[in-house]
Amino acid sequence: MASVLIIFAHPVYEKSRVNQYLVKAIKGLKQVTFHDLYELYPDFDIDIKKEQKLLVKHDIIVLQHPFYWYSMPPLLKQWLDLVLEYGWAYGKEGTQLRNKKLFNAITTGGTFAAYQKEGHNRYTIPELLYPLDQTAFLCKMTYYPPFIVHGTHRLSDVEMQQFAQDYLQIITGLRDGLFREDDLVSATYMNNLIDKPYSL
Amino acid sequence: MDKSFLFQAIVYLASAVIGVNIAKRLGLGTVLGYLLAGVAIGPFVLGFVGEEGKDIMHVSEFGVVMMLFVIGLELEPNLLWRMRKLVVGLGGMQVIATTLAISLAAYFLGQSWQAALAIGATLSLSSTAIVMQTLSEKSLLKTSAGNSAFAVLLSQDIAVIPLLAVFPILATEVVDNQSASLIGKFSGWQQTLIVLAAIAIIIIAGKYVVSPVFRWVAKTRQRELFMATALLLVFLIAELMIVVGLSPALGTFLAGVVLANSEFRHELESDIDPFKGLLLGLFFISVGSTIDFGLVKDNFLLVIALVLGLMCLKGLILYVLGKSFGLKGDQNMIFAVSLAQMGEFAFVLFSFAGQYALINAEDIDLLIAVVALSMALTPLFFVMNERLILPKYFTKEKSNRRADEIHDKNPVIIAGFGRYGNIVGRFLRANGVSATVLDNDSDRVELLRRFGYKVYYGDASRFDLMKAAGAETAKIIIIAMDTPQQCLEMVAMVKKNFPHLKILSRAYDRNDSFDLMESGVDYIYRETLDSSLRLGADALQMIGFRAYQTHRAARTFLKHDERVLADLIKHRHDSKSYISVAKEKITELEELILRDIKDEGILERDSGWDSERLRTDTKS
Repeated sequence: MASVLIIFAHPVYEKSRVNQYLVKAIKGLKQVTFHDLYELYPDFDIDIKKEQKLLVKHDIIVLQHPFYWYSMPPLLKQWLDLVLEYGWAYGKEGTQLRNKKLFNAITTGGTFAAYQKEGHNRYTIPELLYPLDQTAFLCKMTYYPPFIVHGTHRLSDVEMQQFAQDYLQIITGLRDGLFREDDLVSATYMNNLIDKPYSL
Repeated sequence: MDKSFLFQAIVYLASAVIGVNIAKRLGLGTVLGYLLAGVAIGPFVLGFVGEEGKDIMHVSEFGVVMMLFVIGLELEPNLLWRMRKLVVGLGGMQVIATTLAISLAAYFLGQSWQAALAIGATLSLSSTAIVMQTLSEKSLLKTSAGNSAFAVLLSQDIAVIPLLAVFPILATEVVDNQSASLIGKFSGWQQTLIVLAAIAIIIIAGKYVVSPVFRWVAKTRQRELFMATALLLVFLIAELMIVVGLSPALGTFLAGVVLANSEFRHELESDIDPFKGLLLGLFFISVGSTIDFGLVKDNFLLVIALVLGLMCLKGLILYVLGKSFGLKGDQNMIFAVSLAQMGEFAFVLFSFAGQYALINAEDIDLLIAVVALSMALTPLFFVMNERLILPKYFTKEKSNRRADEIHDKNPVIIAGFGRYGNIVGRFLRANGVSATVLDNDSDRVELLRRFGYKVYYGDASRFDLMKAAGAETAKIIIIAMDTPQQCLEMVAMVKKNFPHLKILSRAYDRNDSFDLMESGVDYIYRETLDSSLRLGADALQMIGFRAYQTHRAARTFLKHDERVLADLIKHRHDSKSYISVAKEKITELEELILRDIKDEGILERDSGWDSERLRTDTKS
């Protein structure tokens, strides 16, 4: 059984309905650590040593966050800046993260259609996530496709509940090794692995 | 019985240790403890102390002088200036009105009008020692009642001067003209000039001479020499005042005020303080031991009637005056009760009056017993007022409010709404969290109630008050009372009776944080830490550091400091429990600075943003 670390970053979690559903679904699972950055470091005083220890202990790292300006909230960016140190995460001696898996769990207001070449966001989410893909590469990690919840502003409670179930299924599936590595690397969205693909 | 010096010292100290301890445990306050100890060792109970109790009382009266010096040190001149209305108005009125009332009564009881006037004036004065000690022990000094009481005491001190001058004039026959003042041979206006010159000397010397002298002494680095100088200063002033015929207490008070802004203020305060405390204790003991219970027994009803009658009369006048000077409800009650006794000046003035045969000797003995009894009863009345009268007075408002208490059980209780608690409270309220506030300043309580805060008046460390405030259903208690002792008492009470409450406590300094940590408080906030770091960061910024860098540096230092704190507490009781407070502070500072040097984390750069290592690696 693999261990999963969910690095959660949401500056206004109390207002995010979707994330509340998602978090509720995966919190307290066996072998899954939920790590709430804005709750731990409201002052942005990240305890780097502690974060590094936590990373070392886990196999799969999930960055769960809203998709602000096609990217992540500032604290999560700061976390990447400061925790993934040269000589620790990357560089010749930086091998602490080698062979770990990394992927994003993202909530976004834009629809699937909007994140297409023809849509008004012009790029797909995997394209917009290239920087993270490359981050994983530099740290000798495997980058998995993202789990996405689109169109969050229009979701009903039932639909949000459904996404929470999907998320639960994916996290536990990864933990228990239920997915084939080939599928994991080749899928565009993690959602596809549990037959919940988005389509136009 | 052998009454050697050592034996006397043993008797006094032992009675103090035992008496005060018992009184403290019973919640009666130290003053009453000393007085009872005095009664116990006095000629009428154990008989360890005989007539010499009176001599000791005269010596220990000096404690009052020292107390006024310390009070003066804590009082800044402009604060005193702001109190002038209270001193002149409230204080002056109190002395005049009480003197007239008591004189009239004495006249109708058969005294000559001269004697009646002398008795009235003497008995109008209250006991600075007992009142100040009791008020400060109950942390009431900063309340409006405490403030007014202090103003009245001050004007009484001033009133002693004209009284000493008037008594000889009132005297019909001069028996023994041993004037206390050495300037008696000068004429009136010359005397006035000399008095003014003496006061000027104190003010000018205090401003320009004392500090250089202390600096010079401080260079020797001998603590005891500094202490000696401080005592010398107080004695000098007292002597000067006695020579020109003023109250030594008033003189040292003035000197204290002048020195309040000096750099040596705290050093002086901490040097004089133990002497003050011990002498005052001794004074209270000797008051207790000199109560002539034989005389009291022979005239039992008369004495009781006089004590109660006089105290009621004084209290009534105080209450009326307090009301007209804007004191409200319980504050006025505290004010009136606190000043209703007769004071130690009576011992001086009565013996003075005796010298001039102004009052006959038997009456003086009786009155002195009355004065001593009234002083002894004051702490008791305080306790009664606090436990019986004030709660009753306030139950009305409490029951009015109990109804809405059930609707919204506040999750937060704030104990103490002074300069610290009020910020916390306002912040919570700005975010829509209402808190129940407990405070023992009724003026503040009234103001807060007007704005719809749920406020309870009273000592928050009382179990019943906490219960009434909903401590059983609350989640959090914020302890922000005015003194560390109060906070610690509060913590103990909460831990014992409401263990489910999360305690968040204000701490004064490192030492206080240790105390709080040891009593099991998990959330401790040193009141100066964040603010000083913000200031430091701003200073760095002003000399050219980047704003964000200084901000991060301050945050790093904060973490470092908290680490050190957690570390230091382990060694707290190793060795230094025995050295003096000042020494301890220095050792502590030394230790802190040493740790700053050792801890590399103090300058911890956010290395993820620092490409220095990357640069060196690339070069090689």
